[in-house]
Amino acid sequence: MPEDLNWAIGGEAGDGIDSTGKIFAQALSRAGRHVFTSKDFASRIRGGYTAYKVRTAVDRVESVVDRLDILIALTERTIDENMAELHEGSVIIYDGERTTMQDVEIPEGMVGLDVPLKSLAEEAGGAIMRNVVALGVACEVADFPIENLDESLEKRFGDKGQAIVENNKEAARVGKEYVAAEYDHDFPYELETTDADYVLLNGDEAIGMGALAAGCRFYAGYPITPATDVMEYLTGRIEQYGGKVVQAEDELAAINLALGAARAGARSMTATSGPGIDLMTETFGLVATTETPMVICDVMRSGPSTGMPTKQEQGDLNMALYGGHGEIPRFVVAPTTVAECFWKTVEAFNLAEKYQIPVFLVSDLALAVTEQTFPPEAFDMDEVEIERGNVVQADEVDEWVDEKERFQPHAPTEDGVSPRTFPGTPGGAHMTTGLEHDSLGRRTEEEEVRVEQVQKRQRKVETAQANEEWDYREFGEPDSDTLVISWGSNEGAIREGMEFLEEEGVDVRFISVPYIFPRPDLSEEIEQAEQTIVIECNAEGQFADVIEHDVLERVERINKYTGVRFKADELAEDIKSAVGHPQEA
Amino acid sequence: MSSEVRFTDFKSDKQPTWCPGCGDFGTMNGMMKALAETGNHPDDTFVVAGIGCSGKIGTYMHSYALHGVHGRALPVGIGVKLANPNLEVMVAGGDGDGFSIGAGHFVHAVRRNVDMSYVVMDNRIYGLTKGQASPTSREDFETSTSPEGPKMPPVNPLALALSAGATFIAQSFSSDSQRHTEIVKQAIEHDGFGFVNCYSPCVTFNDVDTYDYFRDSIVDLDEEDHDPTDFAAAETKIMEGDKEYLGVIYQDENSVPWEEREGLTESMADVPDGAPEGAMDLVREFY
Repeated sequence: MPEDLNWAIGGEAGDGIDSTGKIFAQALSRAGRHVFTSKDFASRIRGGYTAYKVRTAVDRVESVVDRLDILIALTERTIDENMAELHEGSVIIYDGERTTMQDVEIPEGMVGLDVPLKSLAEEAGGAIMRNVVALGVACEVADFPIENLDESLEKRFGDKGQAIVENNKEAARVGKEYVAAEYDHDFPYELETTDADYVLLNGDEAIGMGALAAGCRFYAGYPITPATDVMEYLTGRIEQYGGKVVQAEDELAAINLALGAARAGARSMTATSGPGIDLMTETFGLVATTETPMVICDVMRSGPSTGMPTKQEQGDLNMALYGGHGEIPRFVVAPTTVAECFWKTVEAFNLAEKYQIPVFLVSDLALAVTEQTFPPEAFDMDEVEIERGNVVQADEVDEWVDEKERFQPHAPTEDGVSPRTFPGTPGGAHMTTGLEHDSLGRRTEEEEVRVEQVQKRQRKVETAQANEEWDYREFGEPDSDTLVISWGSNEGAIREGMEFLEEEGVDVRFISVPYIFPRPDLSEEIEQAEQTIVIECNAEGQFADVIEHDVLERVERINKYTGVRFKADELAEDIKSAVGHPQEA
Repeated sequence: MSSEVRFTDFKSDKQPTWCPGCGDFGTMNGMMKALAETGNHPDDTFVVAGIGCSGKIGTYMHSYALHGVHGRALPVGIGVKLANPNLEVMVAGGDGDGFSIGAGHFVHAVRRNVDMSYVVMDNRIYGLTKGQASPTSREDFETSTSPEGPKMPPVNPLALALSAGATFIAQSFSSDSQRHTEIVKQAIEHDGFGFVNCYSPCVTFNDVDTYDYFRDSIVDLDEEDHDPTDFAAAETKIMEGDKEYLGVIYQDENSVPWEEREGLTESMADVPDGAPEGAMDLVREFY
């Protein structure tokens, strides 16, 4: 179990919660501590309640837990919202001079630190720095050397000039000194620092970086929470490699822009969330039947319809597997951690081009908003390999023409993969269409050709099934009677939940599945176990349905659809009760 | 201008299934001629077609081509052009494709002003679905789904383009082969989004906007003293909406294509075998 500290800053949207939280998270990361962050946020620009939460430990942290040790509360509501996570001894930092905070009651057993954040900030150079004063206070409470804040303050404010940076450093120190002087309290925390060098990034950024590493040159998208960060990451960076981000008028256009770029030979992608996927669905079949390589990323959020746009859910699995009319060959890949968001993106591009097929990269809000630390080697660029599949150059075109010298973009090959020429390749001109077509890409309704083309497209999937690794990630006790299966972002919470369970003598075998289609055959694993539990963040158990269909056996299900991701400690209780152990009173 | 490429090089060996007399024959022929006469080669040309009778054009032409989803031809064409600005990109579609299901894309394609041409085969009817009102059908045009007419004014495509900031607006007539070809050539040569609304009569389902009607009503701007670079004059002609003009109505000679403004000049197709050089810097940004 990591010796962890759980910290949060909360207030209204517009209070600078995110950037303050990020400064603290970065400081911890630079000090060689692992960090796992989460956000509570609402779909509004100002007001409401929003929080940035940091869990930190010297050992790796993979999840959030239901416990909050230090809370900077800019509003009274922040305390109310976190009451369940606060505990005896939790420290609440607030500004009692703030008119709305004058009557704040600190719950019994907790420590209230009333610090005039705004006044102190004014002393240091401006009221705007009150959050940074609070960070200084937090450093004192957590016994975290304040120098560690300096680098992240420089990173955050460097472009505003050195004077501003210095003011902020001063503001932090003023906060720290105020608490040291005013409160004679022995806080039980001591945030050890190490020499480790970590990078701190979220799942959307990892997807964006994966795309750049994989040679993605064209991105089209329409802003939507929680996928926008992918587009924002790529904007300004992809240009350095000769690429372009295009903000489309809608998702209908986005996927078609990406399709056009892919036809022109660019590695191309789009990312969106559920409502955008709905619109893009129109074009899935076109991408698949024209055999255009494309990565379509769905950063899932809570649905249906507008649902809870800033909340977590893994509700789009069926959409990714089955969305669209007709039968659409596709691959569905779901990264299980922030680092895997990077690697699975790289892989998605290779799969897309090798098999000339749409690849759905299914991530979710929990991954998108989680900033997590990794050693930089976790993203070793030397490990990135790019495979483009059967791209035909001018001097090879002759091998792929018919008796009339016409290039055959849908030639029915043995492995199902046809040759591909980029426009501009002499002799390679061809059309393709969303109508059923012949090997030349021209419409047909001839039965034989129809069957040949359908089979050819299916054969690509069979080839991929045979030639690629569609394996799972395994954790825990391999011989356990209890098999836990999950997919996507739940991996971290389950792994840490297992540590809680282990302390209580409960062993489980955990299989985390990043490949949804094609996917590993889990028949043997399920047969071997006495009990199988499928865990996912949705109500219907979409992955459990798929597993049951695969193995023709019932599985147990743990589902969460509150809009909040699984937490390690909570999940441990759920699993324990599912395996028949009594829950604690 | 290359003399090596003939317009028949842009022709596939697939025979059109359009109704005999369909305007689309003339429209397509003019497009092929214009492509050849502006020095383009099928291997360096990308044609995108929408859905409907007009959408079949990709099949009958020879070039790199994609026949896509109804209404989305323009985004595909823009994607192609941005990913490889060296290609000649031509998008063709019908009035339903461009001004109804794809109206949103039309407005934004006009705004983006990517260097490509867009030929709308406007027959003021949905032909392939056998005769329903289109966005350019007249207010009182009786069809199977609008027995007393749509009772809505037709979309004025030229006004739509003008209001979206078009840099090239023209109208042609499929039957006037020479002028149609000239106008499409000008659209191709225009530095930006060259929009040509081409009257392309449907001989089967539209008995109002017929060849005879257009022949009788068309006013060739070449025969008027019209200066297409004069925005106010263009605006007046377009907004009057009572004449069927033919020719280039508006052209912004200072137009700079979006991809040029964005510094895009090279094909994006080539990528290294691994991560780009110095890619670990991307990781280190996250320190």
